[in-house]
Amino acid sequence: MPLAKRIIPCLDVDNGRVVKGVQFVDIRDAGDPVEVAKGYNQAGADEITFLDITATHEGRDTTLHTVEKIAAEVFIPLTVGGGIRTSQDIRNMLNAGADKVAINSAAVFNPDFVAEASAKFGAQCIVVAIDAKQVAQGDNPRWEIFTHGGRKPTGIDALEWAEKMVAYGAGEILLTSMDRDGTKNGFDLALTRAMTDRIPVPLIASGGVGNLQHLADGVLQGGADAVLAASIFHFGEYSVAEAKAFMAEQNIEMRL
Amino acid sequence: MSKKIIAICDYGMGNLHSAASALEHVCADDQQVVVTSDAQVIASAERILFPGVGAVRDCMQEVKRLGFDQLVKSQIDAGKPVLGICVGMQLLLTHSEENSGVDCLNLVPGHVRFFGNDFTDEHGAKLKVPHMGWNNVFHSQDHALWKNIKNGQRFYFVHSYCVQLDNSAQELGSTEYGVKFSAGLCQNNLAAVQFHPEKSHDAGLQLLRNFCQWQP
Repeated sequence: MPLAKRIIPCLDVDNGRVVKGVQFVDIRDAGDPVEVAKGYNQAGADEITFLDITATHEGRDTTLHTVEKIAAEVFIPLTVGGGIRTSQDIRNMLNAGADKVAINSAAVFNPDFVAEASAKFGAQCIVVAIDAKQVAQGDNPRWEIFTHGGRKPTGIDALEWAEKMVAYGAGEILLTSMDRDGTKNGFDLALTRAMTDRIPVPLIASGGVGNLQHLADGVLQGGADAVLAASIFHFGEYSVAEAKAFMAEQNIEMRL
Repeated sequence: MSKKIIAICDYGMGNLHSAASALEHVCADDQQVVVTSDAQVIASAERILFPGVGAVRDCMQEVKRLGFDQLVKSQIDAGKPVLGICVGMQLLLTHSEENSGVDCLNLVPGHVRFFGNDFTDEHGAKLKVPHMGWNNVFHSQDHALWKNIKNGQRFYFVHSYCVQLDNSAQELGSTEYGVKFSAGLCQNNLAAVQFHPEKSHDAGLQLLRNFCQWQP
């Protein structure tokens, strides 16, 4: 199949600065999201996801300016997530230059928001982000969705939720395993595979990447259409180009 | 000396910021990019970008409401270089299957078809819809827009409906995703692409640079 699998570096941004640290070479200011985004653009990233973790209103305005600056210089798709709660939030982000927005908690509190947003702005720009944790092991594994950065359980089955969100108009699903996030033990492949098989739209796997084999496994075993990672790229352990070459060697279709 | 205007038609559908900044990045010193819904500005432009995002029915409604259907047609007839992007390409055709069927501008004969539910490749593997991501585009003919772009170059797509032209001689490029479809079309001074050059990194910028220089 000629469509390439995508590698998506993710930036966590607070008040206009990249947090969690970014330490790769050739970047003058590792905390400036514009510089970091330009670095990934040059490095061959297929998209960039920008996660706004700012809590304040002033910080949100800063985020809009940051998105504007990135969009003026980075000519690959840009997804912005974090705190997207209203149609106005979406309009502001798209007008600032985002191509897609990722909706997480707001979808859980009000699923109709996803339907309204998709009808208004088009499914192509509505990504629903799902944070899932495993709640049953064994032959009948089960995952539930959590909100508030994985702290609040909802009792909602993650696979059913993904199907519902697609029915409501999500054009893509960003799936994060809260069990794996930050562990560097690799994606939750069983969860990724179960979800991608259930939904007709593209799935981005997220949470747990510690090495290049994890990225390849997300596609080969998990069936993901795109793989998202932060720290392995931020700290210069691997470049995007190395990741692509590694995946291509395993016969994964990549944009080289 | 006043600059030559490259008008990006704004009919309220989607974000034109990306297309504008990409064009500004590559246009000549004597060219100026203007995002506008003003018919007079568009009529005075040297060349025109006709974008589109979202659903075809909503796009067609706005195009008609603002009189852009006649305007764009008259600009094409005047011989100006015009480039459609994504839904802006689909609008040029005869008819689209989207939204239970929508008559489009019928400036280029052909149809816009849904990729399909339970869509699979030739080996029976499931294909996701929308077709989202970087896919190879093959040149169907030599064209000024392909200058310095290699045959088979990847561009960024995001769409659930694809173009099937009646006249294959009007195909600029093709891509395969379960089916072979037209990734671009050309008809004299009119050209259009299904992918997003403004989101397709260096190759996309090169195509936009070629458009800025195109003398059909």
